[in-house]
Amino acid sequence: MPNTLYDKLWNEHHIKTLDSGESLIYIDRQYLHEVTSPQAFEGLSKKGLLPWRLGANIATPDHNVPTERGDSFTVENISDDISKIQVVELDKNCNKFGIKQFDITSANQGIVHVIGPELGYTLPGMTIVCGDSHTSTHGAFGCLAMGIGTSEVEHVLATQTLKVSKLLNMKVIFEGTPQRGVSSKDIVLFLIGEIGTAGGNGHAIEFSGSYIESISMEARMTICNMAIEAGAKVGLIATDSTTIDYVKEHSPLSVDDLALAQKHWNNLFSDKEAIFDKEIVIDISQIKPQVTWGTSPEMVVDYDAGLPKLSMQTEANKKNIELAKNYMGIKEGEKLTDLEFDRVFIGSCTNSRIEDLREAASVIKGRIVSEKITEAIVVPGSGMVKAQAEAEGLDKIFKDAGFIWRDPGCSMCLGMNPDQLKPYERCASTSNRNFEGRQGNLGRTHLMSPVMAAYTAINGVIGDLS
Amino acid sequence: MKVIGNELQIKGIVASIDRDNIDTDQIIPTEYLKSIKKFGFEDYLFDGWRYLDDGKLGISKNERKINHEFVLNQEPFTQANILLTRDNFGCGSSREHAVWALRDFGIRVVIASSFGDIFYNNCFKNGVLPVKLSKDQIEEIFKAEVGEMSVSLDSKKIEFNNTYQYEFEVEDNLLERIVLGLDDVDMTLKYKNDIKLFEELRKKEKPWIYADE
Repeated sequence: MPNTLYDKLWNEHHIKTLDSGESLIYIDRQYLHEVTSPQAFEGLSKKGLLPWRLGANIATPDHNVPTERGDSFTVENISDDISKIQVVELDKNCNKFGIKQFDITSANQGIVHVIGPELGYTLPGMTIVCGDSHTSTHGAFGCLAMGIGTSEVEHVLATQTLKVSKLLNMKVIFEGTPQRGVSSKDIVLFLIGEIGTAGGNGHAIEFSGSYIESISMEARMTICNMAIEAGAKVGLIATDSTTIDYVKEHSPLSVDDLALAQKHWNNLFSDKEAIFDKEIVIDISQIKPQVTWGTSPEMVVDYDAGLPKLSMQTEANKKNIELAKNYMGIKEGEKLTDLEFDRVFIGSCTNSRIEDLREAASVIKGRIVSEKITEAIVVPGSGMVKAQAEAEGLDKIFKDAGFIWRDPGCSMCLGMNPDQLKPYERCASTSNRNFEGRQGNLGRTHLMSPVMAAYTAINGVIGDLS
Repeated sequence: MKVIGNELQIKGIVASIDRDNIDTDQIIPTEYLKSIKKFGFEDYLFDGWRYLDDGKLGISKNERKINHEFVLNQEPFTQANILLTRDNFGCGSSREHAVWALRDFGIRVVIASSFGDIFYNNCFKNGVLPVKLSKDQIEEIFKAEVGEMSVSLDSKKIEFNNTYQYEFEVEDNLLERIVLGLDDVDMTLKYKNDIKLFEELRKKEKPWIYADE
């Protein structure tokens, strides 16, 4: 029987079907960070258990870490005492159990979904979990990767398995060549606008088509990263030569292991005749740069389009739109291009990789940040991205333009570390969620690509990239 | 962990929030994820809507500016144990803290037309029952101005105002976990040998996955 990529990965990791009808599936890799792991470690200790397989786990602190650290920063320098406790707790747990951690002083510390692939811990065909919904990122490598809750983090630590029911299969086919100034972030935002934030609920989404085949691993990660914003906890892409080249460059595997592995990896695609429960084809050549206007990622439009008018809505839609417009401080009849921005954030597990920084820098080079912008920051996703960007002189381009060049972390994607919006500040952000208060209490988030965020930094408003 | 215990009937006050896509950041904002505990989140449930000021972990309800317009600050809904809402409740972040906050406040049933996948899963680990009804049924309940509702876990029915009755679907094994308060880790470790056998074979066939061990 022909199988989808998700079916293949499911079958390969399937240990047994339980009486309950659920399945026990084997987990190859678990990433851990400081926020969703302490209660899991506590649960493990209370039961007197040890991690099933130490080597499966890789940890790093990212959510709480300040991004202005400089040299010789240690955990003791975190000024928020409660944040510090959480980072210290991760240190303690990793030391106690012997889990490999890239701690706050490590040159390889970074956002967990950035460091995993770049250090070669994410390999094609793996099952990967993390107590973080953006674990779908790793699906870009032909992995079955998903975010889980803390109880499940404990379950994976204790048993190396997950007890789950199989998802349905959904295929999204992106065909065509993007217009100038349009990047993978625009493509995935467009999809979310089309199918809604519940569109992928209960499904694993496989992204395919000529566009996907043509893009880099970084761009593929951006797309899989936001599968969860379309409701799908699993997003995935078939393994091809782009994947294998990336892995060869980043993985510490021996030549023999790589050769053996590659035979297996070459089979990580959906069979031609495989049946999907849902299928969507999108002609991406028609897509303009996308920017969100509301408080859900599905509230997204072409950057220059009009916003939904309250008078034109059904009763059910009207309320959601009105609440969102009020929160965002958008008057009836206003367009996105009418809005003045206060802050710019380039970073997050969606858009903090080297390619993202290169694209943003190409817009910024030789120009300066608008006087209207009170702060523009660039937060590389990892120590490795930061070093690479500095080697290419990108930091200088950003700094010369008036950007602040930061140290790696989740930063302003979520209000958990010092990088937060003040009430009513409007932010051009390359992150993944524009929920109320996501970037700080009463802050206003507009999601967009790194290129559009860079443009906004220079002009104070969003606009035409071509 | 037993939260609901062995009760098969949950009766109580229904609080409603008439919004789609309530994400887990609204259920509990990120600030409170700094806690390393599994309990004590009741004062932070729907923090951004429940209060007029910006809170911090450790600051209790009594020290905050209450938003009296918000349903959970109004009587009798301060005692609500059932939450009625619209579509895609609990979308977004995987934070189990969202379920912990609902549970700690006393919410034992959430009724919506759909749920975020990860949130839905997390509910069953913490004794909170997510009930899926059709959009039309949800609309009817909103219009019916429910006072008290009763949710039967064995017959999978909700009843209110002596006139309305809806059946809902939920997998028996998930329901059982809520009723019996079963622990997944203990249950899975019964299959220890199956896992070990599987792992040994995998190591032989795909050694690169275990290369650095």
